[in-house]
Amino acid sequence: MRTLEQVMDEILDLAANHFTVPRNELSYDDDFFKKLGIDSLQALDLLTRLEQRFGVELPDYELQGVTDFRALAERIKARI
Amino acid sequence: MKDFNGQTLSCRSQGGILELTLHRPACNEIGSATLAEMERFVDAMDDAAGEASALIICSSLKTGFSAGADLRELYTRSREMPVEARTASVRDFLQRIHRVFNRIDSSPMTTVAAVHGVTFGGGFELALTCDLIIADRMARFCFPELRLGLIPGFGGIPRLRRDLGNGIVRDLLLTGRSINAVRAHAVGLVSQLAGEGEALNVARSTAAQIGKFDRATRATAKRFIKPLPVEQLTEEIEIFCRLFTEPAVESGLRRFVESTDAHPYLP
Repeated sequence: MRTLEQVMDEILDLAANHFTVPRNELSYDDDFFKKLGIDSLQALDLLTRLEQRFGVELPDYELQGVTDFRALAERIKARI
Repeated sequence: MKDFNGQTLSCRSQGGILELTLHRPACNEIGSATLAEMERFVDAMDDAAGEASALIICSSLKTGFSAGADLRELYTRSREMPVEARTASVRDFLQRIHRVFNRIDSSPMTTVAAVHGVTFGGGFELALTCDLIIADRMARFCFPELRLGLIPGFGGIPRLRRDLGNGIVRDLLLTGRSINAVRAHAVGLVSQLAGEGEALNVARSTAAQIGKFDRATRATAKRFIKPLPVEQLTEEIEIFCRLFTEPAVESGLRRFVESTDAHPYLP
């Protein structure tokens, strides 16, 4: 069972790799829309990659109001 | 069939396969320009059906297959009209798009939607007209219309009901959530999963296989197993037009159109 920190680290690794942002510039409480420079369509792309990575389904309404990696990781962890 | 290069879509014919490619930025929103070119396309498609065995519908845009109806155009045009004229205009648009989608749905050719990325609302409904959906693993499917106080209006629910169990139809319609391609494949919505960027190649390979079968037999089989849900499609237009007069729709459209945040496609 992954810890919340492990989930957050995996999210940051995936985001840094896919959106070509240096990993050391990302931290748990960053606003991922701003930090990754993504719009809603790209956020859906990120959502799909996260679902595949963690083997979960994450309904997009659960992302309502979620803007930082920590909250995103909490939503994912609740479904692992 | 003569190749066609329009503002919103293009069509080419090669080796007995028609390819209809959507290419209207940002994500193939379907408004009056797309509808007019689709009407031209289905006229040509019917003429070509004697020669071609399969039709592939795809998008050349990175963003996805289609984000659905052009809500900005719908909102802008509606605001310029009195209420009675709004409903008549929407009804006319829906009847025209139903005619187009029904002709694709019942074409004697075998039809394949090769989808990737965003396949939402009217774009999802276009994919559902096809006999097969081949999806890139990064595709997402969604009916977001309830967020706007509407139901899908391009024939999506009757077609989804024709193809799938009522449970997944209710899930998609009543939650407005998007599902990924793997889930869509698991519930039987997607015929084949393709790797990232490979949906069109897989669709072409499938279309080549389809071309090996006898034309008349193929068309007969399709007629037998894929009837048009005519009554439900007609009822859908009536329900949509009735809902469209509700104040919630105008405010929902305004929220979407005037949104300046980064996530208007999220609930």
